[in-house]
Amino acid sequence: MKNCNALVIGGSAGSLEVLIKVLPKIDINIPFPIIIVVHRKQGTDSLLSELLSTKTALIVKEIEEKESVLPGTIYIVPSDYHLLIEKNLTFSLDYSEKVNYSRPSIDVTFQSAAEVYGDKLVCLLLSGSNSDGVNGLITVKNYGGETAVQDPLTAQVNYMPAQAILKANIDKVLKIDEMSDYINSLS
Amino acid sequence: MPNSSSINDEQVETLITDVLEQYGYDFTGYSRASFKRRLLRLFSLDKQVSFAEFRYKIANDSTYFKRFVEQITVNVTEMFRDPVFYKALREKVFPNLGTYPFIRIWLAGCSTGEEAYSMAILLKELNLLNKSLIYATDINPTVLEKAAQGMFPLSQMKQYSENYIGSGGTKDFSSYYSANYSLAKFDNELKAKMIFSTHNLVSDHSFNEFQLILCRNVLIYFDRDLQFKVLQLFDNSLEKLGYLALGTKETTDFSPISKRYKRLETEKIWRKLSDEKL
Repeated sequence: MKNCNALVIGGSAGSLEVLIKVLPKIDINIPFPIIIVVHRKQGTDSLLSELLSTKTALIVKEIEEKESVLPGTIYIVPSDYHLLIEKNLTFSLDYSEKVNYSRPSIDVTFQSAAEVYGDKLVCLLLSGSNSDGVNGLITVKNYGGETAVQDPLTAQVNYMPAQAILKANIDKVLKIDEMSDYINSLS
Repeated sequence: MPNSSSINDEQVETLITDVLEQYGYDFTGYSRASFKRRLLRLFSLDKQVSFAEFRYKIANDSTYFKRFVEQITVNVTEMFRDPVFYKALREKVFPNLGTYPFIRIWLAGCSTGEEAYSMAILLKELNLLNKSLIYATDINPTVLEKAAQGMFPLSQMKQYSENYIGSGGTKDFSSYYSANYSLAKFDNELKAKMIFSTHNLVSDHSFNEFQLILCRNVLIYFDRDLQFKVLQLFDNSLEKLGYLALGTKETTDFSPISKRYKRLETEKIWRKLSDEKL
């Protein structure tokens, strides 16, 4: 896709290693926001954004509620909240019931982003051990967006991307070392 | 194409207008993304088939409207949620408030009451419960009935006990409740200092002056304008040198009241300044 307006990356077990390898190679002039939803333990937020910010010159920040979504920024969804995106391109956090035993849920953010960005959205699902994100990818496709998953053969835990390939219409299946070129080509 | 049985943005606005006109509940300042998601959830939970029927039912069936309010608002809560927050109350806030002859606390958006009972336990351990009064309010009468019962699922107690210990609690958490089949019934002593009442942050006014106001994970569902309005309501309801506590992702920054408050280091707790400091 060209002229992508937002990239949302979801992942669970085994996804951090992928992010650590991919983020350093992302073009620092990337003209769209990158929103990262990963399952993890409660209360470890700042650690994750600190860790990821050492891997890139781009701004990495944990999302504050109602802040504007800006291009060229990497946003980390805080633990224990769902992330939604408003039509006016601000973030809303939500502490409602877990979805797929998860909060944040990848499905919730993929679906919300699909409504806002439509066919200018790209969603990428990484390694993980449950199927959170799969329904979200189906919604993204329904709204004309682009779907990508980590090649299950390269995933530490292949269940999540494998389920996505089985159940959703996936445009790109990417090995870890193909991801940065793919992301950089979206602008 | 997007699912045809769903509700579009225009229909969301229609419902908000209906509900305001029919019942006087004003959801116009609610964050639309969350609100719409709750609507869709209810639509699908109740197996509604068309927007027209859903709309008719909400506007004409007041029993169903009660369910609507219950389901549209988020009622997910825990006892001693964010243990570090309670630790800060224990160590930084109550040592100050404890010197007052009387402590009035407002829990705004108290939901099913887990936070009220946590607060009562904290006050009891600090020997402050006798001179405290906890006003627990919510927009939703159904959750308040539940809160007044003081019974929570026994299955949650392991988690709550861990939270309690994380908050600096040193007692045996199970000494505060008795097991009753699948429920944990909390001591009546804790409840004796609670007053439950409906209060709508959007439309109701200040009803007392407090030394501590807690409103955690409620403002996230409001847009910025409504957040400012509610913060102003809290400011009007808080004594000088009183404390305002918000959720871990909420802030008074950017709001007009922020200049009258000083934040307690890293906590989401703000202290209202005395006149001299203004």
